Amino acid sequence: MTDDVLTVRDLNVAVGGRKLVEDVDFTIRAGERVGLIGESGSGKSLTALSVMGLLPEGLRATGSVRLAGVDHDLVGADETRMSRVRGKEIAMVFQEPMTALNPTMKVGRQIAEVLLIHRTRPDRASARTAAVELLAQVGLPDPAAAADAYPHQFSGGQRQRVVLAIALANDPALLVCDEPTTALDVTVQARVLDLIVRGAQDRRSAMLFITHDLAVVATVCERVMVMYGGRVVESGPVREVFTRPRHRYTQGLIGASDLTVVDDHGRLITIGGSVPPAGHFPAGCVFRNRCASATERCATRPDWVPTGPDSGYSCFHPVSESDVPESGVHKIGANEPGVPTNQEAGLG
Amino acid sequence: MIVRLVQRIAILLASLVVSSVLVFAFMAVLPGDPARVVLGTSASDAAVAQLRGEFGLDRPLVTQYLSWVHGLVTFDPGNSYISHTPIGPQIADRLQVTLWLVGTGMVVACILAIPLGIVMAVRHRRPSGLVLSALSQVGVAVPAFLAGILMITVFAVEFGWLPANGWTPPIEDPVLFLKQLALPALSLGLVQGAVLTRYVRSAVLDVLREDYLRTARAKGLRPTQALLRHGLRNAAVPVVTVLALQLATLLVGSVVIERVFVIPGLGSLLLDSVSNRDLVVVQDVVMLIAMAVLLVNFLVDIVYLLIDPRLRVGAS
Amino acid sequence: MSAVDKALDKAQDNAQDTKAAVASAVPEGRRRRRPMPGSLLVGGLIVSLVFGMALLSFVWTPHDPTLVDASVRLQKPSPEYWFGTDKFGRDVFSQILMGSRTTLFVGFVAVGVAALIGVPLGIVAGMAPHWFGELLMRGNDLVLAFPALLLTIMFSAVYGAGTLVAMIAIGIASIPHFARLIRGGTLQVMKTEYVLAARAAGRGPFSIALRHVLPNVSSLVIVQASVGFAIAVLAEAALSFLGFGTPPPTPSWGRMLQESQEMLSIAPRLAVFPGVAIAVVVLGFNLLGDGLRDRFDPKLEDRR
Repeated sequence: MTDDVLTVRDLNVAVGGRKLVEDVDFTIRAGERVGLIGESGSGKSLTALSVMGLLPEGLRATGSVRLAGVDHDLVGADETRMSRVRGKEIAMVFQEPMTALNPTMKVGRQIAEVLLIHRTRPDRASARTAAVELLAQVGLPDPAAAADAYPHQFSGGQRQRVVLAIALANDPALLVCDEPTTALDVTVQARVLDLIVRGAQDRRSAMLFITHDLAVVATVCERVMVMYGGRVVESGPVREVFTRPRHRYTQGLIGASDLTVVDDHGRLITIGGSVPPAGHFPAGCVFRNRCASATERCATRPDWVPTGPDSGYSCFHPVSESDVPESGVHKIGANEPGVPTNQEAGLG
Repeated sequence: MIVRLVQRIAILLASLVVSSVLVFAFMAVLPGDPARVVLGTSASDAAVAQLRGEFGLDRPLVTQYLSWVHGLVTFDPGNSYISHTPIGPQIADRLQVTLWLVGTGMVVACILAIPLGIVMAVRHRRPSGLVLSALSQVGVAVPAFLAGILMITVFAVEFGWLPANGWTPPIEDPVLFLKQLALPALSLGLVQGAVLTRYVRSAVLDVLREDYLRTARAKGLRPTQALLRHGLRNAAVPVVTVLALQLATLLVGSVVIERVFVIPGLGSLLLDSVSNRDLVVVQDVVMLIAMAVLLVNFLVDIVYLLIDPRLRVGAS
Repeated sequence: MSAVDKALDKAQDNAQDTKAAVASAVPEGRRRRRPMPGSLLVGGLIVSLVFGMALLSFVWTPHDPTLVDASVRLQKPSPEYWFGTDKFGRDVFSQILMGSRTTLFVGFVAVGVAALIGVPLGIVAGMAPHWFGELLMRGNDLVLAFPALLLTIMFSAVYGAGTLVAMIAIGIASIPHFARLIRGGTLQVMKTEYVLAARAAGRGPFSIALRHVLPNVSSLVIVQASVGFAIAVLAEAALSFLGFGTPPPTPSWGRMLQESQEMLSIAPRLAVFPGVAIAVVVLGFNLLGDGLRDRFDPKLEDRR
């Protein structure tokens, strides 16, 4: 028996004839925290929703998503079987805390419900006790009173804690987080991130963490996958990918996120062009219409080049390992490495 | 909560006062001389003067208005201009009949619309949902009296299963009462149900798109369970409101339906009074219907406060 | 906002939901230009047909629709009398043609009255201070307590029954629908930056209403006009059925239905033709309104 918790193979998501996610492959091991980054439109949220089996109506996933301890494939599983997995083996924290909770139900009952659905608590009373305990764990002051309050009585950050409490309630093997802090005030983001990571660590839950914020990935994750145009274009350990990106897109993304660097005109670095609408990426390498290094060869699809057990990229013109930052780029301030935030910072 | 309650009560009272003034103005002031309207242009001056004296129409308008309102509030609205008999018992009698009709119609509409609307919303992209949706559109376009006529044609004339018209109080003959109630209540209910179905569908569709329903499914609830446990309470808010608004439509619909099925309800009383130029009865019935509608709107606002916790504590 | 407002606002979304669902199914993509909704096509077709019928009736009807001829009473449909004849021997098809004129006329006047009063009222309620806008909306709710039929009956009792009274009463009863919708639209427009800019530039409220608000709510007016037309047609039919609408001999679908009622056992078709005519016209205007709403609705563009 391996310690792989989640195994995704050849995952494709399509609407009508248009592919929104293409041939995504990855595994997540027990307790591992994997980041999935990319701009909006890259297909990262759809990947997460396919794992949950919660794709919007009209979208179809194919391929295979296996979860350790579940004897059926999650792709194409019927609602009855999926409902036994969701909230128990896999749980999810959503992007929008303001709308993710039922406005007409007390918060405590919404947490207790997930315990009662999966019969992890025998009755309402014990589920309620557990709910209060969970509220305490996610750091809400006066958890007993909080359990009797309605969502509108909480701030965004507090609501996200409630959503997290629901997700953590049944000690899931995998916690999927879809931009959990994007909608929050900057001041509360760090605290909520910390709670998510600690909650997952306490339960030895693996984590699939979706974000467009590189700093957050660096804080939270051990490994990162970079998505663009519905494909994973590069993956590897966070430190490696962020300090020595190989794919031209990853390089651009990191360049754009480094606010200490400006170009010859004193402007912040951006990736030229904009993300095409979903399903309208160029054939071959999806990034070639925005890539300065693209050649005719890029009109065919580049193969995956493995560089380690969990790392690799798919690019015909990778950044060579010895490459220094491109000329014409000027650093402002201290000489920091490309990683925006210290990886250890959030994990203590 | 208390502040809002007081606010709602104030709005209700103000609405009642304003609408009664309006009705009074239209029915008793604008015609110039109600007694002349009632008796017609050919009536002798003596007869007109006598009617004026009998009903106090020669008093100042404010006094007339106040005594009318006093009559309404004390459930003793005085006598008819024409038959000179007390209006109160007559209205109470007719109101009972109409309430049966409207109540049953409402029940039929709900039984029809709530499950159908939910099914239509859940299956809104599948053929079955689209067909139901198209059918409901057709239902909305059929006026209740047309449905009534068609039902008489089919169930009374063609098959002879049910009586085409008439009314028997339930105490006299419960079976006949039900038979006679069936077609008019169905006509009212089917048409109202078609309208209501579209509101239910729309409300449920709105709820289906809500993030918290996705959260509910992420917890491990099946789609139907998620909708039942988390969706319906939220979808109920707009539906309850529409139900209440439909009371006005149902009351008016029953005016027409009572004519189609020859039922001695409030609507028939209203229509007869118009033909007889019995202005005071018209005035009372119109005011009664308006009062009922305003009162139900008020009750809905209160129910709203109970359903939606966000409204209970000030603005969120 | 009262409960009533909220429910009615929700109801505005009635037809667009399928579209919105499709749109949200492509969460990270851009949508293609929306195709012409089927309801717009069917609704438009029906409405054009009725207008065609009404126009045609000015120049041609197979028979004089008011001609009473006892020798051809209650004829079955035939090449001579396409829809048969009624108990007075009048040609039903000709009456249906002429009736479309009555129906459209009443609809136009009623919707015109409602829009002429309701639209400015809605704009004022949207631009005025909040408390005044709310006050106007309470007044709106008040009018809602007097449905078209009740209002017409009340007016008829005093001034006598007739087409004019019916049209005006239906129009007055429809004012709240316009006012509420337009107020909502106005409130949205007033929040936009170009209105803020215009106000900052010192433009008066009248100029803003005319230059910015009215053009932006005009699509709402068109949609509501279509739906209001359907309501007016229903109300006119009910009133004519009760004898408060169009007086004889002018043909009217509602009265044809009323006259058919005593003939139900002999000639049920006399109820079917005007009944179908009413239902089809109402369906047409409702579909047209839904289709137009699909087409115009700016909310759909924002919705993600």
